[in-house]
Amino acid sequence: MIPASFEYRRAGSVQEALGWLAEDPDSTKLLAGGHSLLPLMKLRLASPSVLVDVGRVPGLSYVRDGGDHVAIGALTRHRDLETSQVARAQVPLLAHVAGQVGDPQVRHRGTIGGSLAHGDPASDLPAAVLALDGTMVIDGPHGTREVASSDFFKGFLETALEPEEMLTEIRVRKAPSGWAFQKFNRRAQDWAIVGVAAVVDGDARVALVNMGSTTVRARGVEAALASGASASEAAARAAEGLDPPSDLQGSADYRRHLATVLVRRALEEATATRG
Amino acid sequence: MSAAVMEGAAGVVGTRMRRREDAALLSGEARFVHDLVVPGALHMAVVRSPYAHARITSVDVSAALGMPGVVAAFSGADLAGEWASAMPCVWPVTADMQSPPHFPLAVAEACYAGDAVAVVVAGTLAEAQDAAGAVAVGYEELPAAVDLEDAASDRFLAHGDAPTNRAYTWELVPDPEAVRRAFEDAAVTLRARYVQQRLIPSAMEPRGVCVVPHPFGGEYVVYSATQIPHILRTLLGMTAGIPEGRIRVVAPAVGGGFGSKLDVYAEELLCLALARRLRRPVRWSEERSEAAQATIHGRGQVQEIELAADADGRVRAVRVHLLADMGAYMQLVTPGVPILGAFLYHGVYDVAAYAFTCTGIFTNKTPTDAYRGAGRPEATYAIERAMDALARKLRVDPAELRRRNFIGADRFPYTSVAGLVFDSGNYEAALGAALELVDYDALREEQSKRRTEGATKLLGVGLSCYVEMCGLAPSRVLASLNYMAGGWETATVRMLPTGKVQVVTGASPQGQGHVTSWSMIVADKLGVSPEDVDVLHSDTGVSPVGLDTYGSRSLSVGGTAIALAADRLVEKARLLAAHRLEVAPEDLELSGGEFSVRGSPSSTVGLGALAFEAFSAHDLPEGMEPNLEASATFDPTNFTFPFGTHVAVVEVDTQTGRVDLVRYVAVDDCGNQINPLIVDGQVHGGIAQGVGQALYEGAVYDERGNLMTATFADYLVPAATELPGFTLGRTVTPSPSNPLGVKGIGEAGTIASTPAVVNAVVDALAHLGVEDIEMPLTPERVWRSIAAAAHEPGGDR
Amino acid sequence: MRVTVTVNGTTESHEVETRMLLVHYLRDVRGLTGTNIGCDTTSCGACTVLLDGESVKSCTVLAAQADGAEITTIEGMAAPDGTYHPIQAAFHEHHALQCGFCTPGMVMAVASFLKEHPHPSEHEVREGLEGNLCRCTGYHNIVQAVLAAAGAEELVR
Repeated sequence: MIPASFEYRRAGSVQEALGWLAEDPDSTKLLAGGHSLLPLMKLRLASPSVLVDVGRVPGLSYVRDGGDHVAIGALTRHRDLETSQVARAQVPLLAHVAGQVGDPQVRHRGTIGGSLAHGDPASDLPAAVLALDGTMVIDGPHGTREVASSDFFKGFLETALEPEEMLTEIRVRKAPSGWAFQKFNRRAQDWAIVGVAAVVDGDARVALVNMGSTTVRARGVEAALASGASASEAAARAAEGLDPPSDLQGSADYRRHLATVLVRRALEEATATRG
Repeated sequence: MSAAVMEGAAGVVGTRMRRREDAALLSGEARFVHDLVVPGALHMAVVRSPYAHARITSVDVSAALGMPGVVAAFSGADLAGEWASAMPCVWPVTADMQSPPHFPLAVAEACYAGDAVAVVVAGTLAEAQDAAGAVAVGYEELPAAVDLEDAASDRFLAHGDAPTNRAYTWELVPDPEAVRRAFEDAAVTLRARYVQQRLIPSAMEPRGVCVVPHPFGGEYVVYSATQIPHILRTLLGMTAGIPEGRIRVVAPAVGGGFGSKLDVYAEELLCLALARRLRRPVRWSEERSEAAQATIHGRGQVQEIELAADADGRVRAVRVHLLADMGAYMQLVTPGVPILGAFLYHGVYDVAAYAFTCTGIFTNKTPTDAYRGAGRPEATYAIERAMDALARKLRVDPAELRRRNFIGADRFPYTSVAGLVFDSGNYEAALGAALELVDYDALREEQSKRRTEGATKLLGVGLSCYVEMCGLAPSRVLASLNYMAGGWETATVRMLPTGKVQVVTGASPQGQGHVTSWSMIVADKLGVSPEDVDVLHSDTGVSPVGLDTYGSRSLSVGGTAIALAADRLVEKARLLAAHRLEVAPEDLELSGGEFSVRGSPSSTVGLGALAFEAFSAHDLPEGMEPNLEASATFDPTNFTFPFGTHVAVVEVDTQTGRVDLVRYVAVDDCGNQINPLIVDGQVHGGIAQGVGQALYEGAVYDERGNLMTATFADYLVPAATELPGFTLGRTVTPSPSNPLGVKGIGEAGTIASTPAVVNAVVDALAHLGVEDIEMPLTPERVWRSIAAAAHEPGGDR
Repeated sequence: MRVTVTVNGTTESHEVETRMLLVHYLRDVRGLTGTNIGCDTTSCGACTVLLDGESVKSCTVLAAQADGAEITTIEGMAAPDGTYHPIQAAFHEHHALQCGFCTPGMVMAVASFLKEHPHPSEHEVREGLEGNLCRCTGYHNIVQAVLAAAGAEELVR
């Protein structure tokens, strides 16, 4: 499998990348780790005419303590996030989920920015960022803007990113304890059939993997918990209002059922580990 | 060890000698077909039908011809003149079998998604792939026969011009009256239907071909990732109309086969024809998603099995009806695959009445053919699942029910109701060893404890007692089954002037360790180090005669040929030694590679020295030809019958349906072992593939016949994370079928493990009323079967 | 475009197509055919090499992305005198390969894994190999080899 031909440009800065994107935003794609884009290009499901490699743009790979939040550079690779001391201490959910993406080789290359910008509802990291009430920092031709993670994931492979924009930083709320991630798949290397990221720290935030065309918050669960429901009562509302996909790995009905089981398990685990 | 192997000093046979193949493979030095550097080679890309069934209305290659680097592009009609005959099927199981003509490129009708319809040849792989996308093919989609049972109804026909999808019906009913009576008189009968899903063999190396023509000499060198260089050479010659002597087939390092490279494929013929036509080397490297459609699938059966038993569970009769999915065409041995299982549906049990019927059905899907075990895993699955069902029905422990029905160890050689003679066995011993290794009673206790406590992770224990027939095969028996070739194997053993040894074998490995095992056998025979034995194989220019590697035959047939050839070499050397030492040949004894005179131990001569004397030929006995070399061909008189018991232990999460295989014990008996290290490896890998069928793998088609599992992201080959370590045990019951006393172990793990795992899952859930779950046992299927069962499960669902 | 890549200690510059994958660069341009291609979906791990010391699937990296990088392939594992790397030695000793097609990628994945997990449990070894498929061995002996190599590497240290 060989991608169709394209023009390759290596960006030295965000500004340079944005400049090239602006030239022909619809047929230009940003390449970071490449682990979302290159597989599609090999299967010729994507054939951008220009690839802008931002992999070497300096200063975009970091995990920083920002006081009330943790800031992660968009080019931070999954492996670096997984092993970051700051992440492990302040947002262990995110560090843990980074360690669940794909397999070790994928984690050595894939970046958090690439994963989030791809907007795949079967990805793990978007759910973690949602549960951590994240904020996306986006650079574009008209400067920098911030988008709440709850407004970022729009649809299947669709985010709030405009074609001429680039995700540069992700900020997540600190949650040193009271978290859980449940990933259910058939083989360890596979995408989740259903996944649940939960944070219980005063209020509770629960996000679901692969339960619709995009990563979603389980609002029914959160509301139930807010009104004092038990974990299993709240979990019963896990699939409320959702339209999960049916595919080879599971029907929509099965996903709805799994969501209730996994949400309950996640809530119980998060509550038990709450410091 | 049998005396035949162990003559002379204590040798290497029977030891866990590390493999001699490893160095090249571990260093990256090994050359697979894709690795060969062939100057001037053109790359072929194949245009395939996206439809399961379609009339081809037009093929326009003109745009492709205009693309960069493209040298040629052809439709099926363009190449129709290249073929002297259709592609071969060598096993017409019945005289009236239907077999639609199958050509490397479809001309008028594409009969499965992936059927090749055009080829493009270009300077680089990327150029060929780019241009393949520019070939315009007009299709008129036709209704597709996809589901096997639906296809059997002839609602849609897989081939437009065929009157029916039925290919053949093959029966083995030695005594219909006995079967009828047994079922009439039975205290208990059991009827079950099992589905053998289609599997994609998934050898890690996809296929590859490179044909180098020598136009002026009229010769072709065919490099192919094949299990069968010898058979391939003959059949390529017949199909392409080239004298087979002008074709040399080389199978370089081959990255696994499992039956999927036991075939004559369109791409091999296409590269050959294009190399002939273009007078340039032409190569093709299969891609994984292409392999899922273009390389054969395995299994694909619907099985109906009935048991008739006494009140105490003694099985009196077994009746079986199969529907077998041929796919769109008959590949090399497609129709024969179910027949390889036809004799084994009574398993390891002493059954007096037997009836087997199989109907082969065409569908608009990738052709099926032999995949690891070929027919025998299916048979073992049906009888072992049915035995568990009978045990549940009678409320007898499944191990106990099996004991009541075993063919006793004192009954061998045992003539089975299906007409086979099981060479040797001790089924009770293997079961006993396995139950002890797994601590069966403790597991049963733990199981009932969890049930009582209402645990949501239930424990299940699954048994599988198997016997299989391998060592293919006695040529006369093959004749009686309408198989067109024989089952012998050849070998030559040659001592070079320096005393080093060359072995030429007709077997052709893909990772089984033949070089190691063959050199061990010869080392002990000749008293040399295995390092001094080179094994030449897999190149018809070096090893011109052979029947290759499949059906767990290489050691019991090919290894035996080597042992016989080595014996002949020794006998010639003995005559020369007698001449040299001036004694009678019968006064000599051979030990550690040296002949010495009985009673006069200082009078000796080594084989190495004799090899030089035979080479120099200065002083040979009257009439003796120069050189120390001998050949042998071994045609076995019987199959061999390995057996054993496997036990799987699973945990089933009743809330999600997830199954975790937590322990696995295998006790196998493959007769004498040349190298137990290699035997272990074969068992490990076999188990993993069988577990794959039980829990993970399955080729899924949609209603229009599109393959939904064409990549390794969708077709779930288990990884290390999905499997436990395996605990192996062994019993040793030598085979009387060959002088080495060996049986065969290549397929046993796969044959045994699938029913063991499924039995374990059903066992975990049996108290809830679950009787069967269709493979692969996905979490959803398990969850649904729990929900559908009569009782509520324990736990807080 | 021009790329300069150090492979197994040797630096070379070549003109390549922008769409060339690292695995094709290694095999076709550098002539190092030990790295195999087993799938087209980043699933099987047969093409695993080390990129600046970390395992990557070279079928999902452009040669352009490896410009300036240091790559280690299976051909760079043994010592120049042919002495096996401890991982290779353990694979041989424990019969952790049969057809050998997945082996180069498996060995490279293990090299990276052991660097990150010098004292792995069996469970960690299995998880560490989740991205590498083998169809012959059932992984049993591979896992044993990795555990043994972990011990052996420790001795070397």
